[in-house]
Amino acid sequence: MNGRRLVWRIARLVEIRDETPSARTLVFQIPDWPGHLAGQHVDIRLTAEDGYSTQRSYSIAAPADGERVELTIQRVPDGEVSPYLSEELAVGDEVEIRGPVGGWFVWRPDGTAPVLLVAGGSGIVPLMAMIRARRQAGSRTPFRLVYSLREPGERYYAGELRRPDPGLDVTYLYTRVVPDGWARPPGRLTVADLNTGGWPADFTPACYVCGPTGFVETAADILLAMGHDARAIKTERFGPTGG
Amino acid sequence: MGFISRGFHGRPRDEGVKLPPGQYLVHDFPVLSAGPTPRVPLDRWEFAIDTEDGRTHRWSWRELMALPSETPTVDLHCVTKWSKLGTAWKGVSLDTLFADVESSAEYALVYSYGGYTTNLPVEDLLDGKAWIVYEFDGEELAAAHGGPARLLVPHLYLWKSAKWVQGIRLLNEDWPGFWETAGYHNYGDPWREQRYQGD
Repeated sequence: MNGRRLVWRIARLVEIRDETPSARTLVFQIPDWPGHLAGQHVDIRLTAEDGYSTQRSYSIAAPADGERVELTIQRVPDGEVSPYLSEELAVGDEVEIRGPVGGWFVWRPDGTAPVLLVAGGSGIVPLMAMIRARRQAGSRTPFRLVYSLREPGERYYAGELRRPDPGLDVTYLYTRVVPDGWARPPGRLTVADLNTGGWPADFTPACYVCGPTGFVETAADILLAMGHDARAIKTERFGPTGG
Repeated sequence: MGFISRGFHGRPRDEGVKLPPGQYLVHDFPVLSAGPTPRVPLDRWEFAIDTEDGRTHRWSWRELMALPSETPTVDLHCVTKWSKLGTAWKGVSLDTLFADVESSAEYALVYSYGGYTTNLPVEDLLDGKAWIVYEFDGEELAAAHGGPARLLVPHLYLWKSAKWVQGIRLLNEDWPGFWETAGYHNYGDPWREQRYQGD
């Protein structure tokens, strides 16, 4: 490793985009940002007037773009940090950020193996950074995204994922509520879903799975059962814990 | 006084609880790991300590169960910022497992079923500071939390407490493990907030 120290930087909020009624994308301007890889995350530190401070980690939603760093924050009910970030923080406000963090759950644009992305809920965020990094680099590496959600209203990046992006296939799965006329009944991720929406194991794809713990356990177990190499399955788990 | 986040108040302060810097308290038990959860059948499970001069000490599951156990209650601090207090475990002290191991090595590389590794000084494994645990909260340890058995080194960030532990290699020089080569701190003391390289 390079031994570069991760310093706290002052990040100014320059843009807000609503993704769903309970999630929004925050674009920060961070002077001297060193750049990052798709899939990495940052630490945010908030400090109250009495000196109390707390930190959380958030995945970065887009590839490196100069000093701009995009995060998508899901509001966790009763959370300490996510309601502040997703409701209170306004354009022009500042927070402290350090990063990038995490050198494992990353996709590099020079990767040539086909890629399978499996997202549960807000686990889409670091995977969207990979999709955007692929597009930004003009990569022809074939990508497939299997995106599991409770209901259509919870989709992040819906407009962007609807636009044609040659070489990227997107499959939505709904666990509770499906759109009118949707063939697949609501339900949790199954072998059939990853058989249809993923790659055969003999294509030796790089698999990235991100979502709540139970979802990631299920998806990784299915991929192993389908014959994918455990070493080719990278996972990132999170819970609503603490928020 | 440094930076203030406008309008941020945070949770009510619990003055009775002292956490390492940057940590927050949770009451559930989040899971963090980098790949699929390995499943290790007990009849093929084995734990080993490999010394720097090539000798190996091995324990089968049955042999591990026959060793004297302890029931440490400890606080856990994960580098992803959560802390969980007063967790109850059952397992075998590393002091017991090292009793007949002759070694002057200063470094340990812990390796796991599934390929995970993590490194720490041998002295951090001894003197009542570390266990191979197989029960959590009175139940057998779930695979997602590292079962059938994991290392427990609670005075360091939780990534040092390798899940699905398979063995400990004793070394004369320090070999960084999985997260330690991916930008995380080589030692990982939560009270000194040693999260990342250079902290």
